[in-house]
Amino acid sequence: MLLRVENLHKRYGKEEVLRGVSFSLEKGETKVIIGPSGTGKSTLLRCINRLTEPDRGRVFLEDVEITSPRVNINKIRAQIGFVFQDFNLFTHLTALDNVRLGLIRVKGLSKREATQRALQELARVGLADKAKAYPAELSGGQQQRVSIARALAMDPKLILFDEPTSALDPELIGEVLSVMVELAKSGMTMLVVTHEMGFARSVADEIIFMEKGVIVEQGPPEQLFKRPQHPRTAEFLRRITELYGGEG
Amino acid sequence: MTLVFRWAWLPRLTQGLALTLELTALSMALGAVLGVMLALARVYAKGPLLPFYGLASAYVHFFRGTPLLVQLMALYYGLPSLGIKLHPFTAGLLALTLNTAAYQAEYFRGAIQSVKSGQMLAARALGLTRLQAIRYVILPQALRLAIPPWSNELVYMLKGSAVVYLVGVLDLMGQAKTIAAREFRNFEVYIVVALFYLALVFVFTVVLRWVERRTHIPGLALPGRA
Repeated sequence: MLLRVENLHKRYGKEEVLRGVSFSLEKGETKVIIGPSGTGKSTLLRCINRLTEPDRGRVFLEDVEITSPRVNINKIRAQIGFVFQDFNLFTHLTALDNVRLGLIRVKGLSKREATQRALQELARVGLADKAKAYPAELSGGQQQRVSIARALAMDPKLILFDEPTSALDPELIGEVLSVMVELAKSGMTMLVVTHEMGFARSVADEIIFMEKGVIVEQGPPEQLFKRPQHPRTAEFLRRITELYGGEG
Repeated sequence: MTLVFRWAWLPRLTQGLALTLELTALSMALGAVLGVMLALARVYAKGPLLPFYGLASAYVHFFRGTPLLVQLMALYYGLPSLGIKLHPFTAGLLALTLNTAAYQAEYFRGAIQSVKSGQMLAARALGLTRLQAIRYVILPQALRLAIPPWSNELVYMLKGSAVVYLVGVLDLMGQAKTIAAREFRNFEVYIVVALFYLALVFVFTVVLRWVERRTHIPGLALPGRA
C-alpha cells in the first residue's frame, strides 16, 4: 500500500472540517475525490503532506508514518507532488526555473542535470518551447501544465491534485486534463480532487464521495455513477451533472 | 547686492560631497541588511521565535517614533556618560543606519506581505525548508517589490544625512557651514550646496529607475503598478 490515511480530524475554530477520514491508495492507482465545496476535500489533501497539520489521525506513506513528529516532513514532501488550484508557479522564475528549483535545492542535482531533467518534464507536458517564459506570459492552462511538470520532476511517489482545472477558462481545461490522463496511464499514483466527472468516470480506479468532513461512499466509477448506495451521493451526482454536463 | 561664487569653494565642497555619499551609501546598505532581518522577524517569528517579533517591533516603533536628530545627539553626546566616546563620523553613521533600518524594515515587511501566500505553500510543498523558501522564493520577489519605496528612502536619507554636521562631521552641509561662516556668503554657498543635493537626488533616482527596469519581471508588481 502506497498511502494510508487513518481517521484524520481537522478543526478550524468551531467548525470541524474533517471528521474522521480513512482510505488508502495502492501504487499506480488514481482515486478521485468529489463532493460539495466546503466539505474538507482541499483540507484533506493538505493534511496528507502536512501543509496543514491535522489535529488527529495518521498518514502513512509506504509504511512510514509521516504524521509522526520525528519525521523530517521536508524529505516526505519532496516525494509527494502537489498541484494547486491556482497553480502557484513562482512568479519571479521562468518555467524552466520553476521546474529546476526543487531539483537543485531539495534534491541536490547539479545545474546541468536539473536543466536536462526540467526540459524533459516540460516536453512531457508539451511546453518545451516555453522554458524561458515567465508565468505571467503563459495561459492558465500552460501554467498548470508547468506546475504539473514541476511536481513530476521531483519523481514523486504520488501526486495530489487540488481542483487543478477549477481556476481555468473552459477552453483550457482539456489540455490539462489530457496531461493528467496520460499521467494516470503511465502508472503515476494520483489523488485528485475535482468536479470533472468525465475525468473521474474515465480515469479513476475509485471515486470517493465526501460530504461534511466524512467519506459518505466510495467505489469504482461504474458503481458510484450507476448504482450509488447512498441518497446523498445520488443527489450530488444529479446536481453536478446538471451543472457540468454528463460526460464533463 | 551681487552674488559671488568662487571656484575655491569646490575642493571643500567636493570633499563634503564624498563624505555625504559615503554616509548615505553605508547607512543605506547596512540599514538594508538590518531592515531585512527586522522585517523577517516581524513577519515570520512565531512560536519559539516569538521574542524576536517583539524585539523587532519594539525597535521599529522606537526608531520611527523619535526624531533622527534626537537619536544622533543621544549617541554622540549621551553615550560618553556611559564611558563610550564615538568619533563624529561613527556616531553619524550609526544614527543614520539605526534610523533608516527601522523605516526600511517597514518597506520590506510590506513587500514580503504582498507576496502571495500561495508562493510559500508551493515552495513548502516541493520540500523546501521555510528558510529556503524565504531565500529562493519570497525574498527575490519582495526585494523587487521594495525598490520603489526604497528609492524614496534613499532620497530621504541623502538629504537627511545633513544632520550629521551638528556633531561636527564635515559632510556637504558641514563644509558649506564652514565656508559660509568664513566668507559671509551664506546665500551663495547654500545655493551651490542645494544644487549639489539636487544633482545627487537626480542621479540616484535615474539609477534606481534603471535598476527597477532591469530587474523587472512580467507579472511581478504591486497592485496599481505596471
